[in-house]
Amino acid sequence: MHQLMVQAATESANPLAPNWWEVLVTAVGFAILLFIAVKYVVPAFEKTFAARAEAIEGGIAKAEKAQAEASAALEEYKQQLVDARTEANRIREEARAEGAQILAELKERAAAEAARLTEQAHVQIEAERQHALVSLRSEVGSMATTLAGRIVGEALDDDARASRVVDRFLADLEAQNAGAAK
Amino acid sequence: MTPLTLPAADNSGTFTPPGLESLHLPAILPWGADEGFNKQMLLVLLSVVFIAWFFIAASRKQQLVPGKLQFLGEQLYGFVRNGIGKDVIGGRDFMKFVPLLFALFFFILLNNIYGAIPFFQLPTMSHVGGAYFLAGLVYVIWIGVGLRRFGLRYLKLAVVPSGVPWYIMPIVVPIEIISNFIVRPMTHSLRLFATMLAGHLVVALAGSGIAFLVEQENVVLKGLSVFVLVFAVAMYMLEALIMVLQAYVFTLLTAIYIQGAVGADAH
Repeated sequence: MHQLMVQAATESANPLAPNWWEVLVTAVGFAILLFIAVKYVVPAFEKTFAARAEAIEGGIAKAEKAQAEASAALEEYKQQLVDARTEANRIREEARAEGAQILAELKERAAAEAARLTEQAHVQIEAERQHALVSLRSEVGSMATTLAGRIVGEALDDDARASRVVDRFLADLEAQNAGAAK
Repeated sequence: MTPLTLPAADNSGTFTPPGLESLHLPAILPWGADEGFNKQMLLVLLSVVFIAWFFIAASRKQQLVPGKLQFLGEQLYGFVRNGIGKDVIGGRDFMKFVPLLFALFFFILLNNIYGAIPFFQLPTMSHVGGAYFLAGLVYVIWIGVGLRRFGLRYLKLAVVPSGVPWYIMPIVVPIEIISNFIVRPMTHSLRLFATMLAGHLVVALAGSGIAFLVEQENVVLKGLSVFVLVFAVAMYMLEALIMVLQAYVFTLLTAIYIQGAVGADAH
């Protein structure tokens, strides 16, 4: 006991003089703690921090990607809509032009047809008129000859003579007609 | 055996204030004449167990959304990592030193706080050996960091400040040598040691003063013990604050010294 008191007294004489055993124990204790910190504690916390940062940044990146995709899709739809409108306009224009063309063609064709029919009718009328003229001429000739024969009392059966008389008569008639027409 | 109670109240009627011997209880497991496994050593080893146990428990089940224990551990760890390491050392280099700063802060913190916890009741850093060791370790580390980064040029960088006129150099350089390489480790260790020692003595003094006054016959003196009690509680609170503050200061200075070595060419 006396010895211990002396020790306490001597140690308290200079508080700045270290007890080397205490230094050693502190060194060992701190070394163990530092080892645990390096080996376990710091890596564990850093890993969590990194994972958390990644989770947050990953979420933000994902949201940004979705946003970008959505606006790209919207842009695409708008573009498609514009394209569709242009297409529709183009088709309408084409249809209109085509319709007009068909109409014109039909008109033209109808006009041609009408012209052709008219022409045909003219030709036919002309032919019939000629035919009527010829038959009329022969009938009128024979009737006139017969009539003249009866009146004159002279046989006009001599065909050659009769035909000459008729022709001359008709030529006179035509000349008169032509003169009247003029 | 040696009296474990404070030796204030002997029956002679005079007050004997507690001295430095109140910091040195007899060894728990003595060996040799004046050596032994003492309370300081036991507390140091216990602190390692406590800190390791707490942080390993807090970091074992790591989850993105932390539980209460993990959250507390992250806050404490993040305080040293960001509040000291990142803010002071900064940039790319600080992560290398975070384990050291972390271990230093919580080691000193718990060893100081012992002084405020009944039964433990001894800030282990009030024994100068622990403070010497930690300051010496930091001293070796920051010089090592500087030498490794800049080679022998570091010694010039550390003592020759830039932008000082040449004619002041003969004054500035010796001052820098003394302040950086001689005084710095001394102040670093003694600041911690002295605040812990003084704080412990003040609280012990107040305690023994109360014990002495209560046992007096005189009613006025007896009554004064209440006044001393109030004072003692206030001092105890102040001490608790200083214990935390000194752990912070020691770690912060460590970070500043390391930063000075890492960025020696920047000033």
